Formats: sequence, C-alpha cells, structure tokens
Amino acid sequence: MTPPAEDTEDTAVVAARPRPRRAVSFRDAGPTAALLVIFVGFAAWSSQFRSIDNVQNIMDAAAVLAVVTCGITFVLMMGSIDLSAAGVMGASALAVALLVENNRNGNDLGLLGIALAVLLGAALGAVSGLALVLLKVPSFMTTLGVSAIGLGLATLMFGGVQPNISDKMLESWATERILGFTYLTWIAAGCVLVGWLIQRYTRLGRYAFAIGGAEEVLALSGVKVAPYKVAVFTFAGAFYGLGGVMVTSQLGAGLVQAGEGYDFSAITAAVVGGTLLTGGRGGVLHSAIGVLLIMVLTNGLVQVGVSPYWQGGVQGLIVVAAVAAAVIPQRRRNQVVK
Amino acid sequence: MSIDFDKQVERTAPARVPALEVRGLVKHYPGVKALDGVDLVVHQHEVLGLAGENGAGKSTLLKTLVGLVKPDHGEIYVRGERVRLRSIVEAADHGIGMVFQEQSLVPNLTAAENIVLGSEGPGVRRGIYRWDAMRRLAQEQLDKIASHIDPLARTDTLSFADRQMVEIAKVLRIEQRSQHPPVVILDEPTSVLESKEIETLFTQVRRLREFASVVFVSHRLDEILDVCDRVAVLRNGESVGEVQVAGTVPADLHRMMIGSTGSDDHYHDNVVERSDEAPAPRLTVRRLSGRTFRDVDLDVHAGEIVAVVGVHGSGREDLCRALFGAEPTTAGEVTLDGKPLDLSGTRAACAAGVGYVPAERKVEGMVGPMSVADNMTLTKQKARCSGPLVSPRKQASLVDRWIDRLSIRTPNRGTAIQRLSGGNQQKVVLARWLVGGDIRLLLLDHPTRGLDIGARSEVYRLMRELSNNGVATVLLADSLEEAIGLADRIVVMSDGRVATEVACPAGAKPTPLDLVKEMV
Repeated sequence: MTPPAEDTEDTAVVAARPRPRRAVSFRDAGPTAALLVIFVGFAAWSSQFRSIDNVQNIMDAAAVLAVVTCGITFVLMMGSIDLSAAGVMGASALAVALLVENNRNGNDLGLLGIALAVLLGAALGAVSGLALVLLKVPSFMTTLGVSAIGLGLATLMFGGVQPNISDKMLESWATERILGFTYLTWIAAGCVLVGWLIQRYTRLGRYAFAIGGAEEVLALSGVKVAPYKVAVFTFAGAFYGLGGVMVTSQLGAGLVQAGEGYDFSAITAAVVGGTLLTGGRGGVLHSAIGVLLIMVLTNGLVQVGVSPYWQGGVQGLIVVAAVAAAVIPQRRRNQVVK
Repeated sequence: MSIDFDKQVERTAPARVPALEVRGLVKHYPGVKALDGVDLVVHQHEVLGLAGENGAGKSTLLKTLVGLVKPDHGEIYVRGERVRLRSIVEAADHGIGMVFQEQSLVPNLTAAENIVLGSEGPGVRRGIYRWDAMRRLAQEQLDKIASHIDPLARTDTLSFADRQMVEIAKVLRIEQRSQHPPVVILDEPTSVLESKEIETLFTQVRRLREFASVVFVSHRLDEILDVCDRVAVLRNGESVGEVQVAGTVPADLHRMMIGSTGSDDHYHDNVVERSDEAPAPRLTVRRLSGRTFRDVDLDVHAGEIVAVVGVHGSGREDLCRALFGAEPTTAGEVTLDGKPLDLSGTRAACAAGVGYVPAERKVEGMVGPMSVADNMTLTKQKARCSGPLVSPRKQASLVDRWIDRLSIRTPNRGTAIQRLSGGNQQKVVLARWLVGGDIRLLLLDHPTRGLDIGARSEVYRLMRELSNNGVATVLLADSLEEAIGLADRIVVMSDGRVATEVACPAGAKPTPLDLVKEMV
C-alpha cells in the first residue's frame, strides 16, 4: 500500500511535462566535471602525476584511442554498435606495414601506403554498413563478423614473419614532437576537430544524430536513411584504419593484435563521455572528454601505486557505472531492459 | 440500424473545385472493414471536422490521405485531378500533409532542422549545412503561423504546444513542393493541450483557413463545432452524413456517430438475479490518486461488471493499471475482500487473484513467438509445475482443458500464439488468469480492441460467464455501447476524477447521451 502523501496532491493530476533543457546541460557537464575532479584529485595526491612530462604522456597515450573513439561515436549516435575496431585496425596495421618501406618486400609507397591502409579500413566499414542495410543483420553481429574478417586478413598478410617498418616518416609520427606532443597526438586532435565539424556542419553528421533520435520520423519526412548508415560505418572504418596505422607507427612493426582491446575501450570512452548506446545523444567532443577521463584514470591509478592488473576490471566498472548513471533518468513504461 | 441522418446532409454548392475529394474508399483488414465506402469533400479555404467513435475508421481514412495506407478500392482527387498516393512524400508533392497525433519530430534536432527535414533545399549545399539559410527557411515557415519559437532551439526543450506549432510549420512547407494551397490534416491536435494552448491552436487553424484547407479531427465535439465550418461523420467505416456547424449541438453529432441507440443483443445482457441484501464489495478503492487520476472511490462486488468510461485523458487507463500495481499511486487505499491490496508491483496483485488484460495485446498481452500453452501458463506457473519443475504432462492437460472450455481455435497447444486470430489470442490471454483457479478480480482494458464482431461476441459471452461465476470485473470498454451493454454499473470519469455513477441494470440501460453529458 502506498503511504498517503498529502503534499503531492497538487501535482498529482498535472501530467508530467518534461523540461529537459536544464537536465541535458547538467548531464552534458557531468563528464567534464568528473574529468576535472579526477585530474585535480590525482594532481593533489601525486607530485609525479602533475609533472609536465606525465601530462604529455597521458595525451600521447590517448592519441590512438581518441581517433578510434571518434569513429565509433558516429555509429553509437545512430543507435548502432560497432565491434569491428580491433579487426579493422589489425588489417590496416599489417597493410600499412607491408606498403611502406619494410623488411618483407620492396614496397616504399610512403603516404600513399598510409592512405591505402586507411581506405582498407573504410572498405571494411562499408561491408559492415552494407550488411546492416541490405541483409538486415543487426550491427552487433555484422561488425563482430567484420572484425573476424579483418583479423583474418591481417593474419594472412602477417604470414608468419613480422614486418618491421623502416619508413622514416611513419616512424617519426611516434617520436617527433611539436610543442611537446608527438605528431600522433596532433593527428588525433585533428581527427577530433574534423569529427566535430562533420557532426555539426554536415548532413551526414546531423542525420546520424537524427537516426538515433527518431529514425521513423526521418522516413516519414521522405529521407532515405540507408545510404547515411552505410556512410557512417564507412567513415568509422576509415578512422579505425588510421588508428591501425598509428599503432604501427608506435610499434615500428605490423602486428595482427594492433587493435586488441580498442573496441571495448572506445565504447567505454564514448559512453563515459555521455554518448548513449541507444543513440541520439552525445558527440565527438563528449567522446574526447571520455577518452581523457579514461586515460587520466588509468595513468593516475598507476602513479598512485595501484597495480596495473586491476585496470581491466576498473575500466569495466566505470562503463557499467556510467551507463547506469545515464539511464537512471530515463524511465519508461514497464521499464523493460534488454 | 437505420441511417436516417442522411437527410441532414446539406451540401453547399462548391464555388470552386474541391481541394480534396474522396470517393468510395474501401479498406479491409483481415476480419475488419476499416473503411467501407467513404466519401469526403474538402473545399478550399475550409475547416472540415471529422467525427466518429473509436474504430469508426477515422485514422485509416487519414492514413490513406497521406499515402501511409493503400486503399483496396476508391478514388482520391486533388483539385479535381485523380491521384494515387503511395507514400507520404507523394502526398506532400500533391500538397497534403498531416500533423500526427503522436508527434513526429526528431527530438534531438533543432526546430529549424525538423521543419525543413527531407527538403532542406538551400539549407544544405553539397552535404554541408548552411545554418543561416536553414534558420531563415524555418523562420519563413514559423512566420506563416506567427510563432515566436526560436528556430535553433532543440526540439525536446520545447513544450508540447510549441512542438505542435513546429509540426504545423513543417507541414506548411509542402506549399513549396506543390505550388498550391496545402491541405493540412490535424489528427486529434487538442488531446494533450491545456485550454489556453487550445485557444492558440484554434487561432492558428483559423489563420490556416486563409491560405489552406484543414481537416480537423477531435474526440471533443464542442471543439469541432467551435473551429470547423462543416463536419463529416464516420461510423463503422462508412460516411453517415455531414452537417454545417451553424445550429448544430454536440448531441446532434453524437447521435450521428453512434447511430441507433439501445443495446444490441450480442452483449448478452445480464440476466442473473441479484439478492437485494448487498454483501461487502470485493474491491473497494478509497481516495486513490496517481499521476493522472485523483481521489477515486470505487466499489466492485463479486459477479459485477463495472465499466469505467471517459474521454482520452480522463485517467481511466492509468487507474486500471494502478489497480494492478503497474502504475504508481500517490495516495489512497485499496482492499480486496477486506484485505489491503499491495499496489507496489504487479506480483502482489497477481498473487491476490487480480488479473489484467492490457489494451495493447500484441505488445503487453502476449509473447508472440511463444506457444499457446506457454502463454496461457505464463503467470500461474504453479499450475503447470510439479515441485520446482515444469511438468509437460500437467501443462498439456491443463491447457487442453482450457482450449476446450473457451473453444479456442488453434491447430494445437504448441502453436505460436501470434499465428492465431485476434479473438483467439485474446481468449488465451484471458485464460492465463483463469488457469490458476484463483481469479477474483479481472481488469479488462479494451478487451475487444481490434476484434471483429464474431470474436467480440465470444469475448462478451466469456465475460458474462466469468461474472456469473462470481468474478468481479472492471471494464474499460471500446465504445459506450459496449460499456452500456455489458456493465451492471457505469462509472464516468472526467479529468482524473469520478464524475458520476450510473446504474446500468438489464432493461433499464442509460443511453450513450446520458453518459456523454458527464464525460465532457
């Protein structure tokens, strides 16, 4: 029996009318506030953490994840999911290692090789998108399959002998610095900027957002959504491809496992940043905040002496907590959760 | 049923070609005639009202007008020219647009983007957004209806009334496509608005008349008479007449909507004699309040069917769900056979012998791909188990017994419930509450929605049988006739409160008009 509550009588009959403006901005500020709090907390705790060198370390370590997360954000904004990052990155890592100057063959394509590796990523993304749109296979399954395809391609290219790169330019990405940050970090910053511009100023970006908000309405307004879905997956694939190239630059060699763990980390970062898995909310800047949050947390925990063995579990905990915090305000009839 | 209202048809001689004309529209769904020969004329610069009960075919008609439903027969003419509307885009090309009852805006885009969605024109060049142009395009539309909404506001930060204005602005954009005065269809635009907002909307509708034609659909007949020039009435998928609003009162319209009054025999009027000495009621509800209802008192005796009637927004649906613990309550007491009933969740209600048949059968009433047997034993698990395990033999004999008793037509108990007809599905849903043998109170939320006459009749018979066996029933009927035909007593709700109670014994039934007075 519900206890009587006299003080609610006046509001009882008035239908609840959402006034979300304040709530939305509050929620949008959440990850940024969390980032600041965590950063300040670690900085106060550990003098090692707040050193300039360490801040540079954090940014450099975040570069690849930022690029991959940028791509996955567009997919998540549509309400789809993309688990292909690891496979696509592996394929592009091997591709670029075999196309630029290396110890396995006579290729020396330089920038062209890098572009081709990114294109391979885009092509694999297009496969995911086409399978989703034409075969109506849920993105969860198609991208899982494409990830396996990517890993398969990478293994074939690997062929038992690890290709080590000797391309000066690609090697310099990970070692040369401007204003204290590696080229890779600047590339990642550029990707975030490009991603934000696409999200804000192109039909592709706005429709990706709208598809997550109310796909049926788009159809009722005469918009064909299928091409946009394929384009978003293609676009995301290109970002993973670039991510694979960046890993190769860091390792100096093409490895099948180049993208291992990035699929989960990228989804974690996007969700922590405020992009909903159900789509229609969040964005590239949110995701960038999410990436920094995770990197600061990972780095900070090490600096204050927490064993790295704990980190996987901690990251999992964060994503569950972030999703729970994001979902609690959304109460639906019967509250069915799948 | 005699249709003597046709005499009231007074057609004004059309000065010009009608903006929109429909002739002999027919649409059949399996078992249901949604449209059965509808004629309709919408003149230019006219506000045409469309009235009809639930299931009269209004929404099917509207959907054919915007190309969402393809009619089986019949013709549609736009400005005298015959057209085929295969999609909402084609309808828009001919200048027909609709403001949907459940709003069709993308909540996370700006108002401007929603207004130009799908026809951005100069707002997007080579895939790149021109926010200035976009804003200007939207402002043009908003100016047409003199709205002060910020075009760059996110749609989900706007009030419902403002969002409706955005929708109207969006629909008016079809002017650019067809180069003709548009036909704007408003499907129950007032159902969730407050009175001040309704006034604003009516001002808009009158403004629209200056450069467009409007089809206005509402449940509230006084509103239709207030804002429309002419009203067309549908009943059972047929056009039954038109009236000019001048000199017409809501009662006239309502008479046309419901046709002949008097209860039909298929309701199986209650013939059971009741003893005069009233025993304690099975269900007592005292001052129950929730989100959309307030201070509700209600008694239901064993063997009694109490119908709760009210217009959309009266709070009766939520009250019904609240009695099952599926909707939160804020205050009040409910007892079942003298014991307090726990409304904090549905499990307690189930255990106490309360059953609920939801209105949305396909979504909430059944698990489509699961078998008839599993659906029937979904709630009363104990009935099919021996010990902790499901006993297939026990389940089979139990289910077969109920399939037999309710004459459910199914190939066998293992058939997926979604393959049965609607009536048989509903019987399985009802049986779910009967297999436990402990049912005391049944809450039926539109139990005959979407069923054809034959299936309805069987559900009515089953309800009668249950009440004769002492089950108390709270019924939210599909139509007033159904409520009057089935109920022993009718509770009228209005704006979340009980407005009045009307006794409804066999032989002395009230008429729908008696009830409508209290509903509005």
